[in-house]
Amino acid sequence: MSPALSEALADLPELVRAHLLVSGAAVAIGVAVGLPLAIWASANRMVRTPILGLAGLIQTVPALALLALFYPMLLILGQASGLAIPALGFLPALVALSLYALLPIVRNGIAALQGVDPAVLEAADGIGMTRRQRLTLVELPLGAPVILAGIRTAAVWTIGAATLATTVGQPSLGNLIFSGLQTENWVRVLVGCAAAAALALGADGLLALVESGLKRRSRPRILGGLAALAAALALAFAPLSGQAAGGETVVIGAKNFSEQYILASAIERRLRAAGYRTERRDNLGSTIAYQALAAGDVDVYVDYGGTLWTNILQRTDIPPPEQMRAQLTAQLRARDGVLVLGALGFENAYALAMRRARAQALGIATLDDLTRAAPNLVFGADLEFLSRPEWRSVQSRYRLAFAGQRSYSPTFMYRAVADGSADVITAFSSDGRIAALDLVTLADPRRALPSYDALLLVSPAHAGDARFTAALRPLVGAIPVERMRQANLMVDRDADKRTPAEAARWLDPDGR
Amino acid sequence: MTEAAFLEIQGLTRRHGGRAALDGVSLSVPAGQFVALVGPSGSGKTTLLKSINCLVEPDDGIVRIDGRDVRDQPAAALRHGIGYVIQSIGLFPHMNVAENINIVPRLSGSDEDRAAELLDLVALPPEMAGRYPRELSGGQQQRVGVARALAARPRLMLMDEPFGALDPVTRDALGRAYRALHERLGLTTLMVTHDIAEALLLADRIVVLIDGRVRADAAPAEIVSNADPEVRAMIDVPRRQAERLAAL
Repeated sequence: MSPALSEALADLPELVRAHLLVSGAAVAIGVAVGLPLAIWASANRMVRTPILGLAGLIQTVPALALLALFYPMLLILGQASGLAIPALGFLPALVALSLYALLPIVRNGIAALQGVDPAVLEAADGIGMTRRQRLTLVELPLGAPVILAGIRTAAVWTIGAATLATTVGQPSLGNLIFSGLQTENWVRVLVGCAAAAALALGADGLLALVESGLKRRSRPRILGGLAALAAALALAFAPLSGQAAGGETVVIGAKNFSEQYILASAIERRLRAAGYRTERRDNLGSTIAYQALAAGDVDVYVDYGGTLWTNILQRTDIPPPEQMRAQLTAQLRARDGVLVLGALGFENAYALAMRRARAQALGIATLDDLTRAAPNLVFGADLEFLSRPEWRSVQSRYRLAFAGQRSYSPTFMYRAVADGSADVITAFSSDGRIAALDLVTLADPRRALPSYDALLLVSPAHAGDARFTAALRPLVGAIPVERMRQANLMVDRDADKRTPAEAARWLDPDGR
Repeated sequence: MTEAAFLEIQGLTRRHGGRAALDGVSLSVPAGQFVALVGPSGSGKTTLLKSINCLVEPDDGIVRIDGRDVRDQPAAALRHGIGYVIQSIGLFPHMNVAENINIVPRLSGSDEDRAAELLDLVALPPEMAGRYPRELSGGQQQRVGVARALAARPRLMLMDEPFGALDPVTRDALGRAYRALHERLGLTTLMVTHDIAEALLLADRIVVLIDGRVRADAAPAEIVSNADPEVRAMIDVPRRQAERLAAL
């Protein structure tokens, strides 16, 4: 079996469990809220239209956006109420998915209750049933097949949409899909998709069994279907046996690109070796990751100096790297209790890069050298660089006047420098393609580009935890940029592709 | 009137938009009487019937059963004591025949099983108990409907065109069977019907409603000589049909 497949399969049980847990709970809440709403709306024309309208409106919001919206909403709610409301992970995913499950349940519920034969209702009233008796003895049993059809739809939608819960830090089968897409590891994507599809089909099949049991009034079908569903949910709620052994669980965060996956794997190996149980929150948005750490939803992740400087501290000046690191360390500690454990030893910064042979031929080693040569050179930038503050900063210090200036998507930008269409490109300094294409990055003596030191950040809860920090300290200063580039290349290249976990083992072989 | 009035209706009025469905209807029914309510469509027969078990709220007027205002108790409790049979029958499709009948005692908290006894009463074989409504013919379904209405041991039966959807042979048989039950159980019955012949042959008393008012109220033998032309036109239909049939 290929390492990619065996690794994906090894991740599968825990992800299936988490996926079932969040989608099962969301459908359960959808039923618990949706059914009373349907009962209310079917009896009261005044509320029917607004309720159906609202549920429909929620449905038009893309699931991804709905999930992303709940992160800041819960964050604000937590701050306003002073309660410890977790803004990341299970809760926002659950709330968003429950809302999503509402529409089919409400709509079918109303249709079911309104579809009951009026003669039957008149007879129920005529023999002296109270409103409540009529509902429980007549309307709900008769509407059950249609109500259940709505629950089936909700279950299938929710299981599909739950793959997106990954983006707000709730583990799900989306972990496989998102990380697979990012590293172009199609085996991982396929395993994630197939597992999500299998779960959806399984849930749909079992609910269909219950539905047919309700239609035919067959007790074995109803009970068999419900028992199988209950067993699946019970499995989801029970912790995996392999996890029961030892230690406290810590959460490792990662943003959504290869380097982050590799570093998270390396951190995970170190912490496991120290006896911790670990969980991953992959594919976090850039600002979400830091806020999650500050809130304690994530215990450790790697972020970059310049990103924290501009996005979190809202600074626009560009101090020397050591000074920036010192200020970040002091201010993040004072502001959020976050510990900057140390720099890993490499930067992932914007840099200008040229092919080594061309740079040597023209005698260019620094941006000052480039200023002289620029009028004869063509500049290739990625799509956003020319509108970023980094470019304004470079221009104000070096006044580069290129012969031509073009924007490319990253893949084509590297092709352009390789085939000579561009002489100078923008690159991320730890990108594996710098080594692969034998590029050199140009020095920045006037400090136009901020430092993007990779920093190991630890949550407030573990900032004073000596065992935790001791487990991670060997990573500090241990990863020079050449090794990080090589590790990134192992994951990003097309041939002989490795998984992030394999690259992490290569990067930090001692972390056992 | 020498008999004590079991059911007393006074000045019952109910308006639909600008039009009065019931316009000051008063009626006094002694215990044990079988009353047929007849009249053209929209004359207020069903509204009158539903005002008695509070399925319809009248705008004005009062209904008393045994001297007690029907609105003095919760509607559900009132209806436990009144049998109600409708043309569309309304058996609960998710319950078998026995469950359809026993639901009535269940509502008042009793787990009494009267299915066999009541099936016998409406001349259905006991093995029907386990069948579902969809497995029965229309006539069998309405017999179950009558059995269900009788399950709470009511003294008053309200029937809204109970046999209207049945074929003529079944209809005739069921009508006569019900009249026998009426006698045997000492019921008081109000039956709405479009079928004048059925009314004349089954009832003790015919009440003709036209435009929400009582236009005639008499025993079958007397109503045939009523002078009101509209009443006459209605009552004469079966007689003229009978004459034409005899001449065939």
